[in-house]
Amino acid sequence: MKVITANRLLNGDVVWLGENGNWVERVTLASTFEGKDQVAQGLAIGQDAEKAQKVVGVYEMDVSLEDGVIVPVRLRERIRAAGPTTHPQFGKQAQAVSA
Amino acid sequence: MYRYDEFDASFVNQRTEQFKDQVRRRLAGELSEDEFKPLRLMNGLYLQLHAYMLRVAIPYGTLNGRQMRKLAHIARTYDKGYGHFTTRQNIQFNWPKLEDTPKILEELAEVEMHAIQTSGNCIRNVTADHFAGAAADEVADPRPYAEILRQWSSLHPEFSFLPRKFKIAITGAPNDRAAVQVHDIGLQLTRNDEGEIGFVVYVGGGLGRTPMIGRKVRDYLPEEDLLAYSEAILRVYNRYGRRDNKYKARIKILVHETGLEELKADIEQEFEKIRYGVLRLPDEEVRRIEAYFAPPPLEVGQATSAAVEARRENDAAFAQFLAHNLNPHRVPGYTSVTLSMKPIGGIPGDASDAQMEVIAELAEKYGHDEIRISHEQNVILPHVKLDDLPAIFDRLTAAEIAEGNAGLITDIIACPGMDYCALATARSIPVAQRISERFGTADRQAEIGELKIKISGCINACGHHHVGHIGILGLEKKGEEFYQVTLGGSANENASIGEIVGRGFSSDEVVDAIETLVETYLGLRSGKEETFLEAYRRVGEVPFKEALYGAA
Repeated sequence: MKVITANRLLNGDVVWLGENGNWVERVTLASTFEGKDQVAQGLAIGQDAEKAQKVVGVYEMDVSLEDGVIVPVRLRERIRAAGPTTHPQFGKQAQAVSA
Repeated sequence: MYRYDEFDASFVNQRTEQFKDQVRRRLAGELSEDEFKPLRLMNGLYLQLHAYMLRVAIPYGTLNGRQMRKLAHIARTYDKGYGHFTTRQNIQFNWPKLEDTPKILEELAEVEMHAIQTSGNCIRNVTADHFAGAAADEVADPRPYAEILRQWSSLHPEFSFLPRKFKIAITGAPNDRAAVQVHDIGLQLTRNDEGEIGFVVYVGGGLGRTPMIGRKVRDYLPEEDLLAYSEAILRVYNRYGRRDNKYKARIKILVHETGLEELKADIEQEFEKIRYGVLRLPDEEVRRIEAYFAPPPLEVGQATSAAVEARRENDAAFAQFLAHNLNPHRVPGYTSVTLSMKPIGGIPGDASDAQMEVIAELAEKYGHDEIRISHEQNVILPHVKLDDLPAIFDRLTAAEIAEGNAGLITDIIACPGMDYCALATARSIPVAQRISERFGTADRQAEIGELKIKISGCINACGHHHVGHIGILGLEKKGEEFYQVTLGGSANENASIGEIVGRGFSSDEVVDAIETLVETYLGLRSGKEETFLEAYRRVGEVPFKEALYGAA
């Protein structure tokens, strides 16, 4: 299972592709894609958003469902989704409780 | 300190204006990311894991209070209240917004700073001994030459698209504190039999995935030939350096593949063509630049201070600070003080805006308005009166940058690692923090003595692990963080690349492994005066290997 991720062009924030082509601030709100074709469709939406100066550096990443909640597979992506492990007061982990 | 002349000021302002327009065009969709990326990198702006990162140049690690206050202001206004000092004596901000960066560059230009050539395949910020102009063992201050190299290399049209990045370091002292032998060009100031200043020149040192110690290409290069010879090296590299493979593109690979003698001949041949041309350094120009770095007026004082000695007697933390954080000054009655940016359990090299303000205040009040950043990620006040140490120590203690651990096991270099960096394969900072906590008591650190631990979160080796007495390299193995340990590295005048001691360790195991190495050293050293590195060089890896993995 995969999700599509990028950074917002304007401020660099980590975002994931959600419903209706919106870029969401929480990995738990991302749309998931199964199989090559779906992922390719997701990446195509991402590339359009790149052309429209919304986001930068679009790529797909592996996730799994834990108790129905989307969790990144790789540590790198878990840190990206939360913020620096050394600075719990910064990054997304410092914002409102995740959905 | 060097002050910008009209040329410096105009090119920095021009570049800021250009970048402002480039950001505008990017946001308007006139530039694609592919077009914009090389432009932003030329201005030190990266995109990292969580956000953009801006790397600001601190030429040869020298700055004044006003500049430090500006960095504090930027941390507070455009970032999250802190910055990170790097192993190239620079500072990085971890959370700037793209839309704010032109404004940040404008603010930097107000205090004669910029982010030019802190990234990309060009000549990077020239680094120098952080005790330059103050150290008792110095032949001469290396900074005038570093400044001359900065002027020559800034926006040098011929060297803006090198095969790969290019790093130069210079030291003015025989005790190399600038790691010159692990740079693309390393320069060591020396004098010939006539007493004239010149340079020992090393080429082709470097860390990264293929670590190499630089090879000596000149025992003595006259002062006047500094630029012509540097240009000759760069021309040979620019022409013959590999462009087919990013990982084989540094000059160290060229030296290795071509052979030292042939490359030296190429350099000398190029040098002969240009040595009497425009790059020959006129004596009056060197003296003019030198004047900017004239030492502050320091009144010769007593070699010891009664106030300091009295306090040393009954304040253990102060005594520890004196024992480790002072470097002998060439003027009696003065010292160079290391402000430890390595609090026990803290993040190596991080400084809050409030700490930066304190550093600026102390420099202005007690330090002739001079501050240095060391490649070991600490801050130095180079010219401090011994009598002022108690007052400075109190202020540092309040700001939590008074740990007396310079050169000790908790004075760790660590790259940002996977907590920030898009290239990292493992985290570095949490490992540094855990080691610091494990060994952090004053007695234990002092008992262990000089021990340099350096940690990188990937093979690119920003944390200099290859030249750590103990080096730690973070990798990823089967989705888990995994740490490889090297022993016996050093970046000083007897530079060496550390050797891998054996199979690596999980994140849970690595701190215990370091403790095993330290206990093994303590058990076999010939006495307290034999450092970890000396002991390792005497006995070799076998006892350490056996302690970690059992007898073979």
